[in-house]
Amino acid sequence: MTGTVTTAAYCDRCGGSLAEGDHGACAAARRLEPPRYCGACRRRMKVQVVPAGWTATCVEHGTLRS
Amino acid sequence: MPEILEHARAQVLERGVGLDEAGVLAVLRLPDEHLPAALQLAHEVRMRWCGPEVEVEGIVSLKTGGCPEDCHFCSQSGLFTSPVRAVWLDIPALVEAARQTAATGATEFCVVAAVRGPDPRLMTQLREGVRAIRAEVDIQIAASLGMLTREQVDELVEIGVHRYNHNLETARSHFPKVVTTHSWEERWETLRMVRDSGMEVCCGGILGLGETIEQRAEFAAQLGELAPHEVPLNFLNPRPGTPLGDQPVVDAKDALRAIAAFRLALPRTILRYAGGREITLGDLGTRDGLLGGVNAVIVGNYLTTLGRPAGTDLALLSELSMPVKALSTAL
Ligand code: SF4
Ligand SMILES: [Zn+2]
Ligand SMILES: [Zn+2]
Repeated sequence: MTGTVTTAAYCDRCGGSLAEGDHGACAAARRLEPPRYCGACRRRMKVQVVPAGWTATCVEHGTLRS
Repeated sequence: MPEILEHARAQVLERGVGLDEAGVLAVLRLPDEHLPAALQLAHEVRMRWCGPEVEVEGIVSLKTGGCPEDCHFCSQSGLFTSPVRAVWLDIPALVEAARQTAATGATEFCVVAAVRGPDPRLMTQLREGVRAIRAEVDIQIAASLGMLTREQVDELVEIGVHRYNHNLETARSHFPKVVTTHSWEERWETLRMVRDSGMEVCCGGILGLGETIEQRAEFAAQLGELAPHEVPLNFLNPRPGTPLGDQPVVDAKDALRAIAAFRLALPRTILRYAGGREITLGDLGTRDGLLGGVNAVIVGNYLTTLGRPAGTDLALLSELSMPVKALSTAL
């Protein structure tokens, strides 16, 4: 179930549509944050941060890892 | 040299007596041209009263999000529309996080939970987690679980937690503007019990919560009164969805002034860089702070946000000829 998100329709930081608005600030912030929203369905993901990485899980689209 | 720095040289550097509130305020008000001298003096104080070693720590969230409290800076409060969801870390993953932390050379591993205070489920999880870490990893274990009862303090001592973190967060006079679900005095009470138990007290806060410069000085003086073993200094990283989500980031020079001032208020404490340094200070400022009074770092990621890779900080320490505190000297 790792990395099944291939085409992102939503911003993984704010959950907004990538087709609308500017997500440049989100992308910049993401350098020091894990993703919070699933890019495929904009569900809030379960995110676990550990000292050397993170995992983010969408119930529908699986788990992303740093 | 400004009078306050002459005074601090005589009192803090020579005698090891921290600055009082008025003294801290004078340092916080120094114009930019005197900032290098303040940082230099704070560095000398750190070298004289703490030495060149840097204490390295990793932190991990055992229980993330869904907290019933309303600390206005916190993305883990369940009362705001923050995107952070509640999640628990299992014990194998906790042990693995401790192992990765120890592999960086860190001597401290702090296990944190987003709660008002521990419930029986959390105490059980912590007890099992600490036992598992101690069986497999050579590292000292600290905890941060909110407000404690006397019985919980005793239990933490018994299971081998050597240091307890509980931040006062900000000046007493500003606290009610930042948190309404519990009081500064309740936090102080937990700290008093922790100190009495013999566990090391770790207590710091966050700068940039809308406090005035005077309140920053007040906070440093209140920490001076508590005299914690360690003070983690965070700079607000405004979190989406929280009441302080639109607060500006602390100006880098103000952050450095605060580092020098807190060191001059707390000559012997372990003054740790905690969250927010990346966005507030960047790489250059991180270096300035380590040469301006800071003698401890959190390496790797934070609880819900990411830090610089541990290797970047360790390389910087080596470049600055600051040895990482070893477990043998820590014990
Ligand atoms: S008690 Fe801790 S986890 Fe809960 S809202 Fe306050 S800072 Fe966040
Ligand atoms: Zn966005
Ligand atoms: Zn999804």
